[in-house]
Amino acid sequence: MSSVRLRLDGSPVELEAASSTSLLRALRDAGHTKAQGACEQGECGSCLVRIDGVVQNSCLVPATICEDANVETVASLLNQDLADAFARHGAVQCGFCTPGFVVAAEAALASAESLTYDTVRERLAGNICRCTGYHGIIEAVLEVSQRRREANQ
Amino acid sequence: MTTHSPSSTRFGTVIRPDVPPKIAGEFEYSNDVRIPGMLFGATKRSPHAHARLVAIDTSKALAMSGVHRVFTHEDVPEGRLLGHITHDQPVFVLDVARHEGEPVAFVVADSQERAWQALEAIDVSWQPLEPVTTIEDALTKDPIHPQGTLIRELLIERGDDAVGEVVVTGTWETGRQDQLFLAPESAVAYPSADGGVTLILATQDLHTDQQQLCAVLNLPPEKVHLINSGIGGAFGGREDITLQAHLAIAALALGKPVKTTYRRSESFLAHPKRHPAFMRYRLGAKSDGTFVSLEVSIDLDGGPYASTSGPVLGSACYFSAGPYRIPRVRVHGRAVRTNNPVSGAMRGFGAVQACFGIESTIDLLASKLGIDPVEIRRRNVLVEGDPFPTSGQRFEDQTDLRELIDRCMALELPSSPATLDLDLPGGTGRTLMGSAVSRGEGFALGVKNHLYGEGVPETSWAKLTREGNTIIVESSASECGQGIQGVLDRIVRTEFPECEVRFAVPSTWMQYSGSSSASRQSWMSGSAVLGAAQKLKSQTSSGDEPESAEFEYRAPATYRGDPTNGTGDIHVSYMFVAHRARVEVDTELGLIRVAAISTAQDVGRVINATEIRGQILGGIAQGVGFAINEHLDTPSGLAANNSLTDYLVPTAADMPLVVIDVLEQPDPRNPLGIKGVGEPSAVSSTAAIANAIRQATGKPITRVPVRPSDIALAN
Ligand code: FES
Ligand code: FES
Repeated sequence: MSSVRLRLDGSPVELEAASSTSLLRALRDAGHTKAQGACEQGECGSCLVRIDGVVQNSCLVPATICEDANVETVASLLNQDLADAFARHGAVQCGFCTPGFVVAAEAALASAESLTYDTVRERLAGNICRCTGYHGIIEAVLEVSQRRREANQ
Repeated sequence: MTTHSPSSTRFGTVIRPDVPPKIAGEFEYSNDVRIPGMLFGATKRSPHAHARLVAIDTSKALAMSGVHRVFTHEDVPEGRLLGHITHDQPVFVLDVARHEGEPVAFVVADSQERAWQALEAIDVSWQPLEPVTTIEDALTKDPIHPQGTLIRELLIERGDDAVGEVVVTGTWETGRQDQLFLAPESAVAYPSADGGVTLILATQDLHTDQQQLCAVLNLPPEKVHLINSGIGGAFGGREDITLQAHLAIAALALGKPVKTTYRRSESFLAHPKRHPAFMRYRLGAKSDGTFVSLEVSIDLDGGPYASTSGPVLGSACYFSAGPYRIPRVRVHGRAVRTNNPVSGAMRGFGAVQACFGIESTIDLLASKLGIDPVEIRRRNVLVEGDPFPTSGQRFEDQTDLRELIDRCMALELPSSPATLDLDLPGGTGRTLMGSAVSRGEGFALGVKNHLYGEGVPETSWAKLTREGNTIIVESSASECGQGIQGVLDRIVRTEFPECEVRFAVPSTWMQYSGSSSASRQSWMSGSAVLGAAQKLKSQTSSGDEPESAEFEYRAPATYRGDPTNGTGDIHVSYMFVAHRARVEVDTELGLIRVAAISTAQDVGRVINATEIRGQILGGIAQGVGFAINEHLDTPSGLAANNSLTDYLVPTAADMPLVVIDVLEQPDPRNPLGIKGVGEPSAVSSTAAIANAIRQATGKPITRVPVRPSDIALAN
């Protein structure tokens, strides 16, 4: 076991990790539970975080290479307009997938491209939701994309 | 996506109380729970589908640092069995393992990682036995379980001897679908001061879990308590005991809190799945398409333990004739033990398989007679006063089925020009050559009961306490994500518009509300909460003192079928839904894309339109998966695809466009007029897609999920 120091949502944290420990597991073992682990195989996106600006499945990233990294979860990436839109559009049922979708959605919204129904689906295709049938999530992201664009004009 | 908004709702649309914390990542699920000083467990499982246990050597594991104890069958007195209807399942393998993944030991260590490492150090010697993996073998070979091969057999017989001039036959088969709730099983148990134990877990039914734990621990209910933490989806997969007994035994023996969380690969093996069904249909009609007779046989692969196989078989048989007028019906059903994974409850509960059987057979008849498939259904659906085709129960105060069909067909199926590669059959795999895309449309009608039925007594309790301007709701109904707390919240707010509503954490300290299954909670616990609210209102308030009112709602009675012919007043009431699907199929490669679905569903009365839409869309997503992908393959009884890499569920890219129409024909049997909404979307979406694939390809399509070889290689 070695210790890994990094910034998590703006605060310094110290994690314990063996060379085989994923960032997801190291975070969760230390009680930081904003990222979930539904597969720990890179298939579901429930563990998505942003590491030094890059969105990654934290179940696939060894914790030990995250020394000094800046790790961001839903706690620092969620904007209120997206939270409101998720709630209004029925984007959440059990909610286990939601923090991962928020990270994927904010990344899509932050990119320069203007989002369409098809591009949103493509950008969210790495995340699994078993409850909602996705349309609520897609509509919420499209609405926020539209509003942010209007606000920026 | 368009939703035709329901005409009226006195409840308005508001946001569920659990949703904002879920979005912020602040909602606590059972795997987030931490108790100071807790230890961690891991489950050693049988690698064989069928094997005699020869010996367990735990010495190497116990010698590892950080390992506290290994529990096996020796820690459970003989004869204490699990099972929520039939007690037939040992806590740990006793003498014979009967399915892959059956628990044989539970090791407790300082960390989850250490517990997993210790699993490798437990030596179990097995003498492999021939696994029984087909219905045919199960019925001809020696029983694999002392309670015999048949978990349940059901015969339903109604009507005269007529057959009909035109007869079609079909043989249909369905796959083994996993609920795939997103949060793998996780719970923590801790000893209590009175010598009892408390579990913080994620279950659909607190009190049924409690009963089973009391039986295996030999403790009274006052000493065994369960508290629901956040539940990350369920869909029937959290009705049975998985980790609960292991944790309780370990916490009691060690005097410390013990937690475990399953990995996805073992989650697939641990909880019961949707029953694979093998069905034969013979439908007779007049030449004008009027149905005359139906003969059905349904065999369900139950796996080795009963779980809910009995009632699932009941549901499959009673809904095997759909919602149609058929004067002569004969159904023979069997639920059979095999060494495949255990089967049990999943959204739609037997009615999904039966729907695929009857709706496929009707399409064969329509095509033989040259009658439009929607029209033939329209002519034959039940109308007021008819006997239900299987049970003979009088059809009254139910959905106008012709209107339901017409409303579904009136919706325009959106056409989606394929602008993206992922909009072609083959999806994100992008293997399409583009030369051979055929389109097809299919229609299916779905029916299932809400509430338990078959004579199972059914109640739900609720208590409301008013403290100043706050109403505290106590209900032990499990919030699995389906939104029951949102429904109860709405009902209380409607009665007390000036009050804030808060929920006490559901636990066994509260009285029984029953399982969050069978699309029953809005009806059952909604009625209980309404009763308590009305009682509270009628009490004269003294002002400052907190005031409470409790109410137990009792559902209308149902009855077990007549032992000779299976008929009777089996169900309280039914839910109805119609689906129309459009598919695009690459006939050369056998790849399918479900392009669009329209659906009409009678919800009785809308309480929260957004949430109803969510249930409809979510069920369709699972129906799409079941139609074209989802099957846990188990050659020789061993799972071949128990990971999210190999068991594929629909993503946002695979989800069809959906148009929805919601009918509100209130059910007079409950005070709110509501109908269950959880299951119907999963009942007939799969059958509609299969019918569309048959239409697009001209291939027989006799099983779901449809495999590429069923199209590209079929005659
Ligand atoms: S847990 Fe990381 S992708 Fe599923
Ligand atoms: S809301 Fe349950 S998995 Fe998405």
